[in-house]
Formats: sequence, structure tokens, C-alpha cells
Amino acid sequence: MGGSTSSYVPTSRWGKWLDERLPIARLMNDSFVDFPTPRNLNYLWTFGGILTVCLIAQIATGVVLAMHYQPSDAAAFNSIEHIRRDVNYGWMLRNLHAVGASMFFFAVFIHIFRGFYYGSYKAPREVLWILGVIILLLMMATAFMGYTLPWGQMSFWGVTVITNLFSALDTIYNGLGTAVVEWLWGGYSVSGVTLNRFFALHYLLPFVLTGVVGLHIWALHVAGQNNPTGLDIKQPSDSVPMHPYATAKDAVGIFAFLILFAWFAFFLPDYLGHADNYVEANPLVTPPHIVPEWYFLPFYAILRAFTSSFLGIPLGQYAKLCGVIAMFSAVIIIAFAPWLDTSRVRSAKYRPIFKWFFWFFVFTCVALGYLGSKPAEGVYVTAAQIFTVCYFLFFLVVMPVVGLIETPKLLPRSITDDVLSKGGAAGLPSGATAAPEAR
Amino acid sequence: MTTDALEPNRRDFLVVAGNAFAAVGAASLLWPFIQQMNPDASTKALSSVEIDLSPVKEGQAITAMWRGKPIFIRNRTKSEVEAAESVDVAKLPDDNARNEALTGNEPATDANRTVKGHENWIVLIGICTHLGCIPKGQSMGDERGEYGGWFCPCHGSTYDTSGRIRKGPAPRNLEVPPYAFETDTKIKIG
Repeated sequence: MGGSTSSYVPTSRWGKWLDERLPIARLMNDSFVDFPTPRNLNYLWTFGGILTVCLIAQIATGVVLAMHYQPSDAAAFNSIEHIRRDVNYGWMLRNLHAVGASMFFFAVFIHIFRGFYYGSYKAPREVLWILGVIILLLMMATAFMGYTLPWGQMSFWGVTVITNLFSALDTIYNGLGTAVVEWLWGGYSVSGVTLNRFFALHYLLPFVLTGVVGLHIWALHVAGQNNPTGLDIKQPSDSVPMHPYATAKDAVGIFAFLILFAWFAFFLPDYLGHADNYVEANPLVTPPHIVPEWYFLPFYAILRAFTSSFLGIPLGQYAKLCGVIAMFSAVIIIAFAPWLDTSRVRSAKYRPIFKWFFWFFVFTCVALGYLGSKPAEGVYVTAAQIFTVCYFLFFLVVMPVVGLIETPKLLPRSITDDVLSKGGAAGLPSGATAAPEAR
Repeated sequence: MTTDALEPNRRDFLVVAGNAFAAVGAASLLWPFIQQMNPDASTKALSSVEIDLSPVKEGQAITAMWRGKPIFIRNRTKSEVEAAESVDVAKLPDDNARNEALTGNEPATDANRTVKGHENWIVLIGICTHLGCIPKGQSMGDERGEYGGWFCPCHGSTYDTSGRIRKGPAPRNLEVPPYAFETDTKIKIG
């Protein structure tokens, strides 16, 4: 964080007075203004800023929605309609919050794939990466509980199916799973009691999330940002100050993202949802297809891939337990990427074999998402089983083996060399753009 | 000096004992925070229900609620009972009676899924054992599947007149909840 080389100089007496008592302006300056940022960051690096905007937007809209929402089984469904129809600008706030969840996941998935492609998980960024996986888990828990709150048919049956997953523990120790599920429900089925506690946790978790995001940014500023070459900053000309260079680029990314966000929120607010959720929860009638929100579909596909047999291996009564373990493992395994990948080269730009496996991994995730939206029968199940195997093979076989057998391409000597070797700067003397902060 | 460091003295004992008490105290304070999430007294009070069967004529069915779950109660016709009793248990996908009132290892005969002397009544938890949908077959016009019992519209699981799985992806027979006949026309579930 450059604490010893801080460039912060208080400009007023009040600033100097505060700096000696609580150096918060100095912390902000060193973290977000004069922080050295690799000069070659592309637009994929704007997703950190985009995600910060998403988190702030979800908390801001969520807090005001909570002022109008009623977390009881009798009133919840109607209070959402009340927000949409009666509350001033309630239609807008509600759409921003509901669409915002999808946008948040859209951005976080790109952010994670970016990390995989450029090897951002490798030393010394392991803790940064693990914090990211914790953030993903917290986001998933928060989004799942939030989707319960409208108390529509999909809310109710989604919770029923997902909380019932824990009953798979009965196959390990009889009665354990049932006890856990009844503890989660606060009853013998999903009810208003469940809704009430999910609301309390849905309000709490975003603040826990904010805390972990703080640690994530802290870890990022200790290790420094990765960049498309995967090289470390070795000399002053490799970096530019965060402000105005990275902040300006972030702003472009954020505004482009907000256009997409607004387009969904104002023109297609229900496109990513399910019509069934506009029918009030009814414990006596199940919707024909219980489908989670799109961002859970790949994990849902992995869960359902474990039927009574898995690619010919009979599972019998352990099918459900295997599915549950596989689904949670699919997220947890991401945290082990720093130790599973044996290659010393970070960026896939210089890894000719890994690059292809990366794109196949992206295809695997999209394919699982598609299969998760389809009914669990026939050819869809077989396909989901094959892609589930592909998903785990990427981590358990591709990452360790490719790193050992692959011959990486020649790395540039430094970030500066990489930037200057590209077209536009070719004719300029190397000193001219090498140190833009010195101009 | 050496003995001072190696031999636990009175202060070491007090430190260990004090910390242990604090740890146990903190851990026991956690329990109310965990236990508050379990089913509360008002939920438990509703954990058994009494149902009057006198208005249900032969061939009719009613759906009751017990612990938030739908309970299928059907007054089976003679031919439905005969169809349920004549099945070869060995050929069923699930040969377990799935009756919570029994120990858990009985074969899935119709007798093990009904109450002796009231064989025309079948009482089931109406939740498909596949993915938790509510099967069709309670109303007169409903599709009941080829075995005349219940049919789950979600993924095509077909149950017979004893609520046993016969066809489709569901792994288990419909559960029989614990219940007893209080009189000839009244049952208590739970």
C-alpha cells in the first residue's frame, strides 16, 4: 500500500489536523488515487469497479424496499405488488433491485473468468482469490434468500427444493438431515417462519459481504493488480497512478454496464425472472418445472446430474447426497485453483494449450447453464453428467497436467516492453510514453 | 528457572481454569441462539391433526394439511383395494412399506400401508418422492395414471392405489404418515 512512500500532502490546516489523528484521507489517496496501476489493463479490469457499483446499488435499493416490504406469509406477496403499484417510484426501485441481482452475477462471472484467463489466482494473490470465492458464496446465499421474499410459487418451491437438499444428510446419519432441514425451516415445511428469518438474513448478509469486499480490496492492494501480461510491476514505467488513468477507464466500463443495466430494468424487468413467481405461494400446488434464477443454473445442472446412475455408475440411495456434494464442491474447488495450477506463467496469453482448455471450460459452464434450464430427463441428464465431469476435470486434471507438459510462449521482459512492442507506439522513442506520469 | 517453566504452578491452573470456564460459558450462550430456530411451541402444537372421514364416500378423496404438508386420504373402492393387494411386492421398484408407524423394514404390501380393519382407507403424504411436487389424482377429473392411483405431472412418476411407485423417476413409495383411527370415521395424524 506504499505506506512509507505516501505522496499525500494535506492542503489545509483542517486536513493536517485530521491526518495526525485519523489518516483516512491519506489511506484513500494511497489506495485509490496515487496507487500504482499496471499501464496495460484492459476493459476486463473494470469489472471490479462495476461490481462495487452493483453492491452499492443493491444495498441502496434494498434498504428502501425493506421500508415497504412485509416479511410474513400472509402479506409478503401483496406487499411486493403494493411496492410495484402504489409506492412512489416503487416500480423502479423494485425492478432495479431484482434486475440488479442478475447484473451483479453477470459481472461477477466475467470477473471470475477474467481471473482464470490471466491467472490472477496465482501467487502472491491466493488469499485475494479465496476471499473472492467467499464473496461468491455470500452472494449466492444472499440472492437465494432474496428470491424467497416475493413469496411467489417459484420462491416457495425453490426454497423447498434447495433446503430439502440438506435432507440428503440422512443417508450419512439417519435423522440428521431431517433435523437440519426442520431447523432451517423453523417448522415441518417451508412457512412464514422461514420467510421471516430469510428476510433477516437477506438484510444482514450484504453487510457481511461488504466487509469481505473490504478485505478483498485490501489483499488486492497488498499484492498489486494482475494485468494481461501476468508480469509484476518491475519499474516505474510499468505503472500509472490509479487516478485519473484507471478511474477514467473504470468510469467508461461502469457507464457501458449501466446502459445494459438500465435497458433490462426499464424495458425487460421480468425477462430474467419466471412468470410463475407472479402466482402467490401455494403449498398444495407445484409448478410443472421448478427452475432457479439463471445464475444458479450451472450449479443446478450439476446437482441434478446425479440421478440413480451417473454415466453408468449406480448410485442408488446416495444419488441425492452425491448431487449435493458435487454442487457445493463446484464452488469450493475454485478456491483451490492457486495450488491446482502448476504453471508458473500467469496469463493464458502465453499458454497455448491452457488457452484452449480455458475456452472449453467457459463452454462447459454455459452448457451446464443451458442444461440446468431443461427438464431432468433423457438426453439432457446424460449431457449434464458429461459436462459435470468436464467441469471437475478442468480443475483436477487440466490445471495440474497442462502446467507440466506445456511450453509457454516467450514472455515480454516487462509490461512496458509489451506495451511498446505493439503497433501504435512503435515509432516513438521508448522514453516518450514510458512514463506518462512524468509528462 | 527451568523448574519454574516446566512445572505448572498455581497461576497456570487459575489461567487454564478461568479460560475454560469462559469458553464453556460462551459456548453455552450460543445454544439459545441456535435453538431459537427450531420449530416453536405454536408450530409443535399443530403437529397432530384430527380429521373426520364421515363425509368421504367410497371412491372419493380429500386432501388435509399436516405439518404444512398435503395429506392424501382416499376411500378406495373394492376393486382398487383388490388391485393394491394383488401386486407382487418383489417386482416393485421400492419394496419398503415406507410407513412411519412401522419400524422401517417391512415389505411394501398393501396391508403394511393401511390399518387393519380399515383397509379401504389409504392415507399418504402427498409429496412426490422425486423432486417434491404434488401428484395429481385427488379430484375426480384428475389424471391418475395407468395404475389408478396418483400421477405426478412434473416428471411422470406413476403411483398405484396404495401410493407405491410403479413407473417414472421417483425413487420411493409415497410415505404413510403416523396415524390412528380414533373412531371408525375419525383419524388422528401425528
